[in-house]
Amino acid sequence: MSDVFDYIRGFAVTFNKLFEERVTGDYRHDGGGEKSPKPDRLHGRHVLNRYEDGMEKCIGCELCAGVCPAQCIYVRGADNTPDNPVSPGERYGYVYEINYLRCIHCDLCVEACPTEAITESKLFEFSFTNRNDAIYTKAELVVGDDGRPQKLPWEDWRTGEDLATSGWMRATASSGNADYENKVAWSGELGYGVRHPEVGQHDDETGGDE
Amino acid sequence: MMTIAQQAYLEDFDWTSLDLLFLVVKVVLIFTMLLVSVMLMVWFERKVVSDMQNRIGPDVAGPWGILQTLADGIKLFFKEDLTPDNSDRFVFKLAPYLSLIPAFLMFSIVPIGGNFQDGGDGSVEIFGRTTFLQLVDPPMGILVFLAMSGLGIYGVMLAGWSSGSKYPLLGSVRATAQMVSYEAALGLSLAAVLLESGSLSTNQIVQEQVDGYWNVLSLGIIPFIIFLIAGTAELNRPPFDLVEAEQELVGGFHTEYSSLRFSLFFLAEFMNVVTMAAIIVTLFFGGPDGPILWDTISWFWPILWFFLKVVVFLFTFVWFRATLPRLRYDQLMDLGWKILIPAALFWFLLLAGIRVGRDADWNPAAILIIGISVMTLLFAALFRAVRMAQEARAESDLVEYG
Repeated sequence: MSDVFDYIRGFAVTFNKLFEERVTGDYRHDGGGEKSPKPDRLHGRHVLNRYEDGMEKCIGCELCAGVCPAQCIYVRGADNTPDNPVSPGERYGYVYEINYLRCIHCDLCVEACPTEAITESKLFEFSFTNRNDAIYTKAELVVGDDGRPQKLPWEDWRTGEDLATSGWMRATASSGNADYENKVAWSGELGYGVRHPEVGQHDDETGGDE
Repeated sequence: MMTIAQQAYLEDFDWTSLDLLFLVVKVVLIFTMLLVSVMLMVWFERKVVSDMQNRIGPDVAGPWGILQTLADGIKLFFKEDLTPDNSDRFVFKLAPYLSLIPAFLMFSIVPIGGNFQDGGDGSVEIFGRTTFLQLVDPPMGILVFLAMSGLGIYGVMLAGWSSGSKYPLLGSVRATAQMVSYEAALGLSLAAVLLESGSLSTNQIVQEQVDGYWNVLSLGIIPFIIFLIAGTAELNRPPFDLVEAEQELVGGFHTEYSSLRFSLFFLAEFMNVVTMAAIIVTLFFGGPDGPILWDTISWFWPILWFFLKVVVFLFTFVWFRATLPRLRYDQLMDLGWKILIPAALFWFLLLAGIRVGRDADWNPAAILIIGISVMTLLFAALFRAVRMAQEARAESDLVEYG
């Protein structure tokens, strides 16, 4: 008999929901409405970072392509010409393509990258009308001269989202070792220089720019 | 079988003048009403379900998103119409209409208004002619509903069969078994209503319930509950939507359908929901019966009551969907064959017994007590038998599979 009352209680639960507050924000209307703020380490569309002097960080090692579970990254490295190097080292990423119809935004490429070349921005609202457009090439992925991701016409960037696109990197570059907390263990970036550690990793006031 | 009012109406029917015009107007009105109600029902369902899930639901197309269905319809209209290679082309193209046309015809017997108060027969006077606010009132009345809902199965069944693909076939096999099983329960609970009204005519069924003597209470609540459950199953709505169980069968019988043909199925499905609500109201809740508050617009009140009651049941169907998880297939069959059909049969016998007892002047309390105790005994025996069969099967499974 208690089963029957459980059924009725179930109906009461759904009925009471009618008068509860909605969880969904009004995010669809002009100018983004009330989109909820995105977490700092959101896994979005990738960017290829550059050093402060404008050199590319990517060395064409293909570790990202190797680790990618969805096999969406295609990289070909090439030797730098001594006169006009693209990256500081011996090799650079000659071809760099990510297929966003396959990418699952797991961030394993970011973890694999030895030079912090690839990180993920907070952008996830982008769409394509054909399969070719879904493949981002190096020309689209590399950050602009101000160190911020390129805003491509079909992407929906919101204010502030193009900042700190390497935030995840800076927070975890010390490999989770407590001894390295608040110690800079990452390279500088175009447009920002070497960034301070994030506030919140440690309670002291030693650093942090955000 | 025909009531005096019906006979008078038929004898007076003038094929050359206003009456024929009325008929055409009624057909057009019901056609439009059904289409519009489907549009509103889809929106209503999405809105209420989202409210019950703490979401917002459609709110972009038109005020409160009320034009969402229209936008969906236009989108479907422009989609590519695919016919699978393996399909039986003729049947594949026929099936959507087989489910759509019965859905339209079903509504023709529902009285949506008219004055039934003070012994009124539900007729209204328009331009000096007496007419009824229902399209037709055939002597076989409610059987049209059963026949049409039976025919509607063919649409679903043939759609799945002719698609030439496995998931639709599974869906249509489920549909056939489920709808045939629950039609039995549906018909048996309906029989209780017919016993009370003594007529198949929907007009007569409403007349008999006038002034608040609604069948839902006067028959005991059981036939209504059985009809509601069997009706939900007949509509293939959650929790009985095994026919199109997305998690198992992709889209069930309509997996291979696209574009307009797909939308015809949905049109039929939602039209059936509206019609089922209207039939429940007619059979159990007095149809357009309700108090007439101001005499100046006396024609308006029955129509208002009717639609209010229908909306309550539409809400109930949506409520079911938001609350109950889908049944497993064996549970579905168990509920149909082992609970609903026996319960409907027993209740029918009990009601018949009470009527016989009333005619023969037996003690009504004694009939009730004896009837219910015999019913309980038989149910206990039935459950015992079912339980024993299950145990025996489990044991033989153990022997067979170790």
